[in-house]
Amino acid sequence: MSGISKTFRVVQRGQGLRGAAGALFHREYREIRALRNVSFDVPDGALVGMIGPNGAGKSTCVKVMAGILVPSSGTCEIMGYVPWRDRARYVGHLGVVFGQRTQLWWDVPVRDSFELLRDIYRVPEDRHRRTRERYTDLLDLGDLLDRPLRQLSLGQRMRCELAASLLHEPKILFLDEPTIGLDAVSKQAVRTFIREINRDDGVTVILTTHDTADLEALADRILLLGHGQLLYDGTLEGLRARYDTDRTLTVRFTGNAGDVTPPGCTLISSGEGMLVYRIASDTVPSAIAQLAGALSLTDVRVEEKPVDEVIATLYRDLRIQ
Amino acid sequence: MNAFRLLRKYISMLFQSAMEYRASFWLTAAGHSIISFTSCISLLLMFERFGQLEGWTMWEVLLCTGAVQTAFPLAECFGRGFDTFRQLVRTGGLDTLLLRPRNIFLQIFGWRMDFTRIGRFLQGCFVMVLAVSHLPSLWFPAKLGVLALMVLSGAAIFTGVFILGAALCFWTVEGLEVVNILTYGGQEISKYPFDIYKKPYLVFFTGIIPYACSFYWPLLWLTGRSGSAWCILAPVLGLLFLIPACCIFKLGVRHYTSTGS
Amino acid sequence: MKMYFSLFRMKLIAGMQYRAAAWAGIAAQFFWGFMVIMIYEAFYRSSSAGNLPMDFDQVCRYVWLQQAFLHLFNLWNRDNELLEMITSGTVSYELCRPLELFPFWYARLLGQRLAGTVLRCVPVLMIASLLPGAYRMTLPPSVPHALLFLAALTVAMLLATAINMFVYILTFKLMNAGGATLIVSAFSEFLSGSLIAIPFMPKALQYVLYVLPFRYTADFPFRFYTGNIPMTEGLWSLAAAVGWLAVLYLLGAVLMKRALRTAVLQGG
Repeated sequence: MSGISKTFRVVQRGQGLRGAAGALFHREYREIRALRNVSFDVPDGALVGMIGPNGAGKSTCVKVMAGILVPSSGTCEIMGYVPWRDRARYVGHLGVVFGQRTQLWWDVPVRDSFELLRDIYRVPEDRHRRTRERYTDLLDLGDLLDRPLRQLSLGQRMRCELAASLLHEPKILFLDEPTIGLDAVSKQAVRTFIREINRDDGVTVILTTHDTADLEALADRILLLGHGQLLYDGTLEGLRARYDTDRTLTVRFTGNAGDVTPPGCTLISSGEGMLVYRIASDTVPSAIAQLAGALSLTDVRVEEKPVDEVIATLYRDLRIQ
Repeated sequence: MNAFRLLRKYISMLFQSAMEYRASFWLTAAGHSIISFTSCISLLLMFERFGQLEGWTMWEVLLCTGAVQTAFPLAECFGRGFDTFRQLVRTGGLDTLLLRPRNIFLQIFGWRMDFTRIGRFLQGCFVMVLAVSHLPSLWFPAKLGVLALMVLSGAAIFTGVFILGAALCFWTVEGLEVVNILTYGGQEISKYPFDIYKKPYLVFFTGIIPYACSFYWPLLWLTGRSGSAWCILAPVLGLLFLIPACCIFKLGVRHYTSTGS
Repeated sequence: MKMYFSLFRMKLIAGMQYRAAAWAGIAAQFFWGFMVIMIYEAFYRSSSAGNLPMDFDQVCRYVWLQQAFLHLFNLWNRDNELLEMITSGTVSYELCRPLELFPFWYARLLGQRLAGTVLRCVPVLMIASLLPGAYRMTLPPSVPHALLFLAALTVAMLLATAINMFVYILTFKLMNAGGATLIVSAFSEFLSGSLIAIPFMPKALQYVLYVLPFRYTADFPFRFYTGNIPMTEGLWSLAAAVGWLAVLYLLGAVLMKRALRTAVLQGG
């Protein structure tokens, strides 16, 4: 992706009764710049997480990469194809999963949906059977295959959806909020699966998500989008290193607290035999040493800020939310 | 012919889906056919009051009506995807279809089919058979062949109008009324022979939305009012209407991919 | 009351947002109107008999009124939102509110009809009054006629909504928004004189239709406007219409209450 920009024209609707009557005779337009000069490279077999607040341009970006949206300017090349120009030939190599809708048929058994997809993607019968059996195993779809989609729970549906998107053995998989609305067990199953196909089959995965646990579990690399711009391109650790430099230090002790405040620490709260400090990450060792010397410690805990908080602070700092 | 095989698979899948709700299916089918039925009754009552219509006998007009009432349900059934295309766009389903390596028309046809129209279809067939049985001049294979061609051609034009209506969704959220005029209005107006209407209507419905090519001109030949070769050629022209309709739709898809939804 | 007014206002605004749709809608009415008139005209040309139940210009006015007030009187209206609510069971949420469901939905449907009509009827009637010759839309024969017409119009609108409510009650019973309602709608359309004007039907059928309430939604008000129905008969018909309105409204309210009770018992 290089220098991709995308601008939309949106009709402006008038307010109230008078505005509506005006709309009968005159139309106003507004320009929305959904993507501004976004550039990045993704190597084969990578697992990339794309995050950003709503309206940041994530789905616009995915649509451009999938070939169903033509950018206003910029170039993009995936597997040697230009997605929107070579769409017919390109999409056969693509798998897509949308978190909030399904590409499977509602009222027929999942098995029949798979078969129809086999015909759509022109997969030879034996290859299809092998692939299907493999994913049935991996995702534990055994007894789900003969039931219609409408009878399945959200977690079961997502597992079927994942299998369906990979039946034609695509080289790239786009996942748009795959874990949304799922319970903890299903989320785990989905994440394990994604990691496996990325590692074992070398499928390049591009994952859009709001769930930071997804990021922690999966993403080697993170792309942060805000207001249509690419604001960060790197690893999760790198993100932390840049934006999350505080730690929470919790110490439990016996005896008196005394009046010990190591330098660089801010006391957040204290309780019966417990002190909680906010502290810069690099001063953690010296602070612990000092506290150990001053108190009879029974327990020490150092916690990073939850990724959610990091990202929220990040959004705020970058003024994208 | 992989495309046909896929279409057959779509049909069987959708039919399977529909049969999941059997009672609802038959009730809806009955409902649709009642609508056609009341329309026919109205026609019969008018003829009972007036006797004849500008030289056309009741059975001839019924033949025309029957053909329309057979062709339209065919289009409504198989073209349902285009008829409800707005929904496909709104739910993002169009994106899903565009992400598959198959012809988009094939996919939209395969997306939705409304088999409950069978009620109206059978009713239309019945009316046609009834009309033919009272018109002995039609009892020749050639003439019956032309009648079948009328129905197929009409169904093609109706489908083409559905496709155009779907294409309209790409440019505007509105415009539903215009499409309705051309589909349901078109069906109504084609039920009577076009020469009872004012001239501009005949011109419009021959040249622009060629219903008359399917239902009127061949009717003239069938009922012996005209011997011109044009009358038999006209329905073929009607079939060709699909071509510009599809082209405009493809333009719409291009517009969609460059402006998003 | 205020809530109903704001519902109406909302629908009106929504209607005006789609300007092309508004103009296209008016064009659609004229297309349909002209088509029906042309069919009648062709029949009239073909008939040698002189004892036709309606004059041609009366037929024209009947058609224009039908077109102008289409949204107000039609019996095939389906509010998909409400139907969805019933079949999916979310109607139970509505029951948590301190409202009676029947009047609430009645007012909602009524508001929809009004909002849909207000934008259409005036332009259609105005343009129709500019047409040449027999096609022209004219004023009613006299002021008392006009007043009675307005009353008949109001009653017709209320009656149509009341009849329409049965579609929703039926959906409650059957838990399915499909065929049964279609059948009911199709028949009621025919019986109201919307497909062909009742005077053109055979005498036997006319007697049946005079007994049923459907004709008060289309046949009666429109034919009265054209002068085809005399004043005295008009007054009696209006009274009958009001009577039917009361009966159907109360019947609908009772049936809906009963249907709701069974629906709630089943767990929505």
